[in-house]
Amino acid sequence: MKTILGREIPDYIEGYGHVRPFQGAFSDVGVKTRTAVKLTSVIPNDQKVLSSLEDALDKLNITDGMTISFHHHLRNGDYVLNKVMERLAARGVKDLTVAASSIFPIHAPLVEHIESGVVTGLVANYISGPVAEAVSRGKLKKPAIMQTHGGRARAIESGELHIDVAFLAAPTADNYGNINGVYGDAACGSLGYAVADAEYADKTIAITDHLVPYPAYPIEISQVFIDYIVQIDSIGDPKGIVSGTTRITKDPVALIIAKRATEVIKASGLVREGMSFQTGAGGTSLAVAAELKKIMQHEGVAGSFASGGITGYLVEMLEEGLFRSLFDVQCFDLKAIESYRDNPAHQFMSASMYGNPHTKGAVVNNLDIMILGATEIDTDFNVNVTTGSNGVIMGGSGGHSDTAAGSKLAIVVTNLMKARLPIIKDKVITVTTPGDSIDVVVTERGIAVNPQRGDLLEKLKMTNLPLMTIGELKLLAEKITGVPKGVETSEKIVAVVEYRDGSVIDVVRKVSSVS
Amino acid sequence: MSNVKITKVAKAGTLESNDILIMVKPNEFGKTELELESIVMQQFGEVIEQVILHKVQEMGIEGISIKAQDKGALDYTIAARVETAISRAI
Amino acid sequence: MEKLRRTMLFMPGNNPGMLQDAAILGADSIILDLEDAVSLTEKDSARILVREAIKTIDYSQVEVVVRVNPLDTEFGQPDVDMIARVKPDTLLIPKANEEEIKLVDKLLDKIEKEEGYPLGCIKIIALIETALGLENVYNVIQASSRTVGVLLGGEDLTADLGIERTKEGEEIFYARNKVATVCRALKVDAIDTPFTDTNDYEGLEKDTAKAKGLGLTGKSAINPRQIETIHFVFAPTEDELKRALRILDAMEEAEKEGKGCCSLDGKMIDAPVINRAACTVDQGIRLGLISGEGGAR
Repeated sequence: MKTILGREIPDYIEGYGHVRPFQGAFSDVGVKTRTAVKLTSVIPNDQKVLSSLEDALDKLNITDGMTISFHHHLRNGDYVLNKVMERLAARGVKDLTVAASSIFPIHAPLVEHIESGVVTGLVANYISGPVAEAVSRGKLKKPAIMQTHGGRARAIESGELHIDVAFLAAPTADNYGNINGVYGDAACGSLGYAVADAEYADKTIAITDHLVPYPAYPIEISQVFIDYIVQIDSIGDPKGIVSGTTRITKDPVALIIAKRATEVIKASGLVREGMSFQTGAGGTSLAVAAELKKIMQHEGVAGSFASGGITGYLVEMLEEGLFRSLFDVQCFDLKAIESYRDNPAHQFMSASMYGNPHTKGAVVNNLDIMILGATEIDTDFNVNVTTGSNGVIMGGSGGHSDTAAGSKLAIVVTNLMKARLPIIKDKVITVTTPGDSIDVVVTERGIAVNPQRGDLLEKLKMTNLPLMTIGELKLLAEKITGVPKGVETSEKIVAVVEYRDGSVIDVVRKVSSVS
Repeated sequence: MSNVKITKVAKAGTLESNDILIMVKPNEFGKTELELESIVMQQFGEVIEQVILHKVQEMGIEGISIKAQDKGALDYTIAARVETAISRAI
Repeated sequence: MEKLRRTMLFMPGNNPGMLQDAAILGADSIILDLEDAVSLTEKDSARILVREAIKTIDYSQVEVVVRVNPLDTEFGQPDVDMIARVKPDTLLIPKANEEEIKLVDKLLDKIEKEEGYPLGCIKIIALIETALGLENVYNVIQASSRTVGVLLGGEDLTADLGIERTKEGEEIFYARNKVATVCRALKVDAIDTPFTDTNDYEGLEKDTAKAKGLGLTGKSAINPRQIETIHFVFAPTEDELKRALRILDAMEEAEKEGKGCCSLDGKMIDAPVINRAACTVDQGIRLGLISGEGGAR
């Protein structure tokens, strides 16, 4: 069976089930349903605060084969997932599926639980570090399911991803389960990725190190979704949660790419009153924001919103009147947290509101300009951000496919080569985002426009920008680096890459040699 | 040039990105031995080996042990570092 | 048409990553440095690396200049001998005086002959960074027909003079004047010393404007992030371009009508004004600010 992109995928994957192959970004739309939620009502005088995690696990009665979930707002400073898994392993529970919105290097202890069979399934939008390597080595019993931020919310809301118990790390919680992420030692700001888990899990438990008198304020996740609250010493290491400040890169090549990308934006005609914009926190992406800011100031335009993970840099643009509002699913630095807490124009956005394709309209649909990264791009403009060039998992879509599909202008910014590796391939190892969603690729040595965007190409031809075809760009890189040898993979499927609508856009196979 | 002898241990290059660190020493059995580590081993390992051995041959060297730690160097850098290391060792 | 030398970007000669990216950073010329940017123990290594880089990397979009070591050190002549054989565009000769330039000229004659290159194809830029070199700059330039420019080295010059180097640069006022005037007289480029605070763009802009105001034609840069600012200062403004085009139009008109002299807005235009307008338009064309046909874009 083939996807519309020509990827060969089995009809049925052991440990995953029947495969619905990817048929195009908007092939699965129309009438959709949300699943009904089972809950236990709480009456006056019921106590929600439990004395310890052990006590909570007794009450939750987690049994073999269940699915438990975590959010990743504490990023590489998260203690909660590891603490919960350690206890569950000690209790002898087996065959769990961990649905964590993302998994980071700090979650390395999960590898042992995978090896011992405590965890046999993983569902995540992004996996990096030792767990990613373990999955690539084929250590997980079932293939990992890699979703998008919007796709995860969709899967949970539709009932496709059923969560038995959601463990919600809560930087601040009160004794009735109202939660926010803006106060406490582990403050992380917006809790956008935790919303669907809280609303749709059979049981929801808040784990906090900052229990405050009722009611907590502000309330990001409400008491009506929370069964229990447990206080522990520490839910996370602030150093791993947010960075102190986000600085614009000084790398000259990244700055050239950013400058070119901004010239593309300008030539596209999208720099105008009410424009909207999203970019990542990576060096080159953030540098695009800095260049765009200059142009917006020069042209005297004010945008409507910037969205996504929010950095201090976007906060500055908000404060300087360059955007009317920010939509924040996740804060990347302290400045973003402060602004999110104090400025009403800096608004909360759940993962579903952000990118779920099966809602009455996600924020990505209103996005003009999206700046994206890439590990690899192929000559059909398909992008891989899931596996490295050695075929080993090192990331995942996150919001990549969601924003690429929604935005009017999706720009991939990347170095043409990284060390010796050319970025443009005939075929990417893994398709994360379909080429149809990508409008233009900007590198330091040339710019390639997706031939489907003839209108954009015409506009760019009026500029001095170094335009070439994606094929020419590929040859240019290979002339410098040489042609890399392809990665050898085995037949064994170690991960299934789901598009935002839940269809399978690709699979990750076990690599023969994992360095 | 032929049969130029390596007489001492020498190195050239660095472990920085886009560079390669080459260490050479005399090989007691008169053979050419290469030990290569690379961050792009899978994609370019064979090419890197060829570039190194070609340079050794071009310089007419026999009896050399080479240890190379590659951080994504292009061929021109590899050739330059090998040449420098060898010229320092003869 | 000869390429502009608004910016000459110094790049350390022993750093492969920087050598690979040097051509795409936007500078008109790149100076691959074997001298100050390379430690004494790595001179051989950098020399070989730069040679391989010139042989391999596509530098067709920029002028490739190599700064060799001073000719009175043990590294200078071997640098020239190895690098000239791969035909860089230009050699930058440090601590330049007449003898050094003559010596390099002779070495280049020999190498070009041996390699079968056109005689004189490798150019020279003299790095003036001593009091003696400065005072003798006219003869330094005249010492070789290969010389296409002078680069003023403010740091070493002030050290030689035993005076303090400041951000404001009043201490190199005379040197800038002298270099600019002599270079103009001999029709070679006058390249200013770099501005060393790489995070102070305002200071860089002021310093560049000062150099331009004294008649220097370009500026060296020690960080790629300085290039945009320098180009901004050296680019003719839109008003300057428009006026220059009008002057040339008026002159053409006068020639057609067979008039001996011409005027614009009621003012006589004489030869120096026309020459200057031609220079401005020429630069505008080279920078792509106007098309060859003359219409402003």
